[in-house]
Amino acid sequence: MDGIGASVRRIEDPPLLRGEGRFAADIDLPGQLHMRVVRAGMAHGRILSIDTAAAAAIPGVVAIWTGADVASLPPIGFRMMGLTALEPYRQPILAQRVVRYVGEPLAVVFAEDPYVAEDAEELVYADIEALPVIIRAAGPIGDFDAAHGTEPTIIRKAYGDIAAAFAAAEHVVELELAVGRHTGVPLETRGASAAYDAATGRLAMHGAAKVPHTNRIAIARMLDLSLDQLHLHEGHVGGGFGIRGELYPEDVLVCLAAMRLGRPVKWIEDRREHLMAANHSRDQLHRIRAAIDARGFVLGVEDEFWVDQGAYVRTHASTVPDLAAGMLPGPYLFPAYAAAAHVRLTNKTPAGTYRAPGRFEGTFVRERLIDAIAERVGLDPIAVRRINLIPPESMPFDRGLDALGTPLVYDSGDYALLLDKFLRHLDYEMLQASLATRRAAGEHVGLGLAFFVEKSGLGPFDDVRLELDAGGRAVLVTGAASVGQGVETSLAQITGEMLGISYLDVTVVHGQTDRIARGMGAFATRVTVMTGTAIVLAAEKLRARLLAKAAELLQQPVSALVLRDGAAQAEGGSPSIALPALIAACLAEEDAPRMVAEATFESGHMTYPYGIHLAIARVDAETGGVVLERLAVAYDIGRTVNPMLVEGQIHGGAAQGIGGALMEEFLYDEDGQPLCTNLADYVMPTSGEMPPIDILLTEDAPSGIGRLGVKGAGEGGTTAAGAAIAAAVDAALGGRVPITQLPITPSRLHAAMKQAGFE
Amino acid sequence: MNTRHITLNVNGTDHAIEVEPRRTLADTLRDQCGLTGTHLGCEHGVCGACTIIVDDAPVRACLMFGVQAEGRLIRTVEGLADGQTLSPLQQSFWDNHGLQCGFCTPGFLMLATWLLERETMIDEAELRHVLSSNLCRCTGYQNILKAVREAAKGLGKWTESAPA
Repeated sequence: MDGIGASVRRIEDPPLLRGEGRFAADIDLPGQLHMRVVRAGMAHGRILSIDTAAAAAIPGVVAIWTGADVASLPPIGFRMMGLTALEPYRQPILAQRVVRYVGEPLAVVFAEDPYVAEDAEELVYADIEALPVIIRAAGPIGDFDAAHGTEPTIIRKAYGDIAAAFAAAEHVVELELAVGRHTGVPLETRGASAAYDAATGRLAMHGAAKVPHTNRIAIARMLDLSLDQLHLHEGHVGGGFGIRGELYPEDVLVCLAAMRLGRPVKWIEDRREHLMAANHSRDQLHRIRAAIDARGFVLGVEDEFWVDQGAYVRTHASTVPDLAAGMLPGPYLFPAYAAAAHVRLTNKTPAGTYRAPGRFEGTFVRERLIDAIAERVGLDPIAVRRINLIPPESMPFDRGLDALGTPLVYDSGDYALLLDKFLRHLDYEMLQASLATRRAAGEHVGLGLAFFVEKSGLGPFDDVRLELDAGGRAVLVTGAASVGQGVETSLAQITGEMLGISYLDVTVVHGQTDRIARGMGAFATRVTVMTGTAIVLAAEKLRARLLAKAAELLQQPVSALVLRDGAAQAEGGSPSIALPALIAACLAEEDAPRMVAEATFESGHMTYPYGIHLAIARVDAETGGVVLERLAVAYDIGRTVNPMLVEGQIHGGAAQGIGGALMEEFLYDEDGQPLCTNLADYVMPTSGEMPPIDILLTEDAPSGIGRLGVKGAGEGGTTAAGAAIAAAVDAALGGRVPITQLPITPSRLHAAMKQAGFE
Repeated sequence: MNTRHITLNVNGTDHAIEVEPRRTLADTLRDQCGLTGTHLGCEHGVCGACTIIVDDAPVRACLMFGVQAEGRLIRTVEGLADGQTLSPLQQSFWDNHGLQCGFCTPGFLMLATWLLERETMIDEAELRHVLSSNLCRCTGYQNILKAVREAAKGLGKWTESAPA
């Protein structure tokens, strides 16, 4: 059996293992030009002039554009969570009169050869007059331009009587907590190629990812094309993590240039550009306080936080602060809650989402708060969590908030049950005892635990088209996208399960705007829930037709027949008719080359998987270095399509969470110069730093949303890693050095330990 | 354009090409030899996505010029499989879910191929040490380590103790 629940090998792998992948840089179009972006070297300034003469004189340079050449195009709009107040802060495709961050596109060079384009880029000289630079989001509000300040909006979310909660409090616990600036850093940098066919007026862009259909609409609008003039094509995508596939200036420039220059245009980003130009994320400062009663029950939580949006508001608009504010309460009751998110513009690379956006930060903040409450009332951190968890009988639990424009209603969950199972799985008492022994022997080692609630399955819709050919093979066409997470395999497994065929007999077509009219793409851990259910609905239509015909041919009641092992058969396997023969009989009747069913699944609610991270960390007192000895993740995702792929998602998510907890951070100097523009300075985990990842997957709370019971698994590996690791380091140092900032770098920890009196 | 005529031997096949002396070996393999399996992730020698084998040593193809590789024996990911049959290491990556997006995979495959071809036995510490020279952003390395470990066991190269 290779349907739902089976850990089967991926369909995607053979070409990738043979070096036959088709990533963005692998696409070459005949007669193509190469685009190179000239980027601002100053964080904020007025453009006085741009001299392109020397660059234009290099043989092989075909064109050079500056902001003036594209001034008629609108700035890049919002894909989701747009607010009118944010519109003045949208990014133009080339800087118009002002540059606002180091790395901002100032000009573009088009040349016959990529090396020549780079030669020319270096000769473009921009005379820029410096303007004041803002690098701290929580500082005073400055000027974005003459009419707009650097705080476009404060996003507020609240429920309950927060004033009454604090009035009734036995204790108030207050913390200031910060999470550094991180991003996804997919191993493949961005890239795009476009070709325009003047004869037909059609433009094709390759290198699309994540949301091809949405970007098609946006680019068509910006270039004033009708939708049927433009198609986007997704090839292999070298990692997504939230940042890749959003619409960026370079995507629009490539399309525009292919039209204007009448030749295909290819652009491949280099890593230095990527770290200065692709979306950053995280970078929040929270001031949070909790009103608690004498036994540690939280009566109310008030959180004010500042989000460093960077220099422009990009496609995600208010997504990250919205999710941070909406999902901060997590698995706890918190009868009253008020959050205020200050969206602040600075002179850094603009920010967007990165795996577990708003939740990595919010979970760190909330779980640190719970640990501080435990400390205050003198209880075990696990005991305090138990007191505050939402009980299973309260499910579905209406949070009284919204997130991503949907009411935040936890669809299912038994948080205490997962905690019990996890502690048993870990042999928690023994684990703590062994750590206590090691601490008594002088080691600085400790354990930290953190709860999280994730979200998945964002609507509003997903369409699929399911085809069965005469040979009994299925083709699934979906508007979802693949960023390397195993979409093809999991969707093929669901299709195979529904049609009684092997997943190997299913071909999945995704990310092609000319194959299906609309599509939402792959973000917010949505595909398995949304596309999965659309597949169920389409497959049921095919199944009904097949079984009706089989009933007729086999002279059996429909209710006695199932599709299994490539045949329609009665229980016990006989009588039976093989799918090809059955399909042929259906097609003869329909006079069609293949059987086709289309279906749409619509949903206005997300699903909410949940889990727990546990970290064991050892601190080297001499250097402040942290060695992560173990990370364990418990995760209830309702129902698992492919456990091997889910575990892979958790492994990868955990590595990114560990990176954000211990090493990854974009630093800037006071002039707004980025200090981390290569992979030696933006430090990510290698196999040398990764501990074993221990995973406990449970299926105790299937979702009632959709037809499969599944919840998404893409982000939970990341969500609570920062919180758990911070708690572990805290415990390793006996609570003497409270960890309030991520990442916990050796220099930062060493300084804090010195201050706390460590030798 | 200042170019030189050179012959590169890649996976046992000679490629007679015209190349600028400043072109990296990675770009030369991709653009002049048409072998796009070698990927560029950083172009400054950190990520290892472009790792290939040159004269029995793992090399960052972004840190070497194409003209420097003349007369050397170059091996890339395209040369690992024997027709339709994957190498034991490729097969182990497939069986053990050792890849997700697949972009870093050619580099890891070449690095680990070199590791498995050495005379010495491999233990866990050595495995982690060698593989720590390449970056992956999808797998958290767990299944890459597992894939190489299982392949090493299959080839009789694995030891639970430190290598002699």
